[in-house]
Amino acid sequence: MSVRRGGWPLPALAMACVLLGTGWGVPAAQIPAGERRSGYEFMSRETRAMQDDDATNPGMLWVLDGETLWNRKEGAAARACADCHGDARGSMKGVAARHPAWDAATGRPVNLEQRINACRSGRQQAAPLAYESRDLLALTAYVARQSRGMPVDIVIDSRAKPFLDAGRSAFTRRQGQLNLACTQCHDGHWGEKLAGIAIPQAHPTGYPIYRLEWQSLGSLQRRLRNCMIGMRAEPYAYGAPEFVDLELYLMWRARGMALEAPAVRP
Amino acid sequence: MARAVVNVPAKVKRGEIIEVKTLIQHVMETGFRRTQLGEVIPRDIIRQFVCTYNGAEIFRAELHPAVSANPLLAFSTVATESGTIAFTWTGDKGFSVTESAKITVV
Repeated sequence: MSVRRGGWPLPALAMACVLLGTGWGVPAAQIPAGERRSGYEFMSRETRAMQDDDATNPGMLWVLDGETLWNRKEGAAARACADCHGDARGSMKGVAARHPAWDAATGRPVNLEQRINACRSGRQQAAPLAYESRDLLALTAYVARQSRGMPVDIVIDSRAKPFLDAGRSAFTRRQGQLNLACTQCHDGHWGEKLAGIAIPQAHPTGYPIYRLEWQSLGSLQRRLRNCMIGMRAEPYAYGAPEFVDLELYLMWRARGMALEAPAVRP
Repeated sequence: MARAVVNVPAKVKRGEIIEVKTLIQHVMETGFRRTQLGEVIPRDIIRQFVCTYNGAEIFRAELHPAVSANPLLAFSTVATESGTIAFTWTGDKGFSVTESAKITVV
């Protein structure tokens, strides 16, 4: 391919014009309920098998760590999660399916990570865990694991409505140097390929996920940052309210779908 | 202490071919990466994995820098007698983890 100095290569420019003329320019409609697919269904047979078996799912290493942390006394209060919540297998069932959920103290929805940290600083009187730290991922994975197989259950009341709308507008707003909106790929072109990789529908049903590309477990916000960087947009900081609004919208958009945490993704 | 998950069928028939699956927590740092300041991140990998069945070695693997983090090793063997299947991972920085599983052959 010949590249002109300081300009776009001609074929790329022609391609961009074609894209703008064929559907990439118009906002895509929401995916009908019957056509919603988890990212799991876009994966290879081998990666699915890896997720399905707890003996091969690397996310389970974090779940086991999380179980230890759940029972460990922390902070000035010298209390463990288990001292208040008891056995997570019962008390945490369905919790991940309801988050982001309304938090009266801050007057806005909070995600699972923020809820765990609020409990840490409030009840255990311990320092909050850093986003993407091993311990926070482990606890989140352990709590989310208890909701595996349960349907996403996000209820939007009048208090949460403005935050859902903010999330929706972030999803449909063009941003970054590529001037793309999330909806253009994930509502309009799912199932097609981007750089040889299937475009999923962006349903966050398996978080935290073990992403093979990361060689590690990661949160939904880490994944959202990846997408934003891909659009050449400046990502929000970890824990930013804009991210939580977007998480709320994505979970609401996936309502009724089964949770798979900890999922494996390519 | 790194976590290891081993999976061996608990009860099998004599002579049956069984699948043994092992998963271990490890960063598998290649030694080729650098920090933002240009310093080489020292290599930290698992070098060797050995599996013994009632003391006799049945599987051995050498691991290299290209192997992924949290390596998953699966292999098959023939269930000959009841006893213990033991697993040992050894590597850089004095890394050594031992895990075992009981198997009952009927």
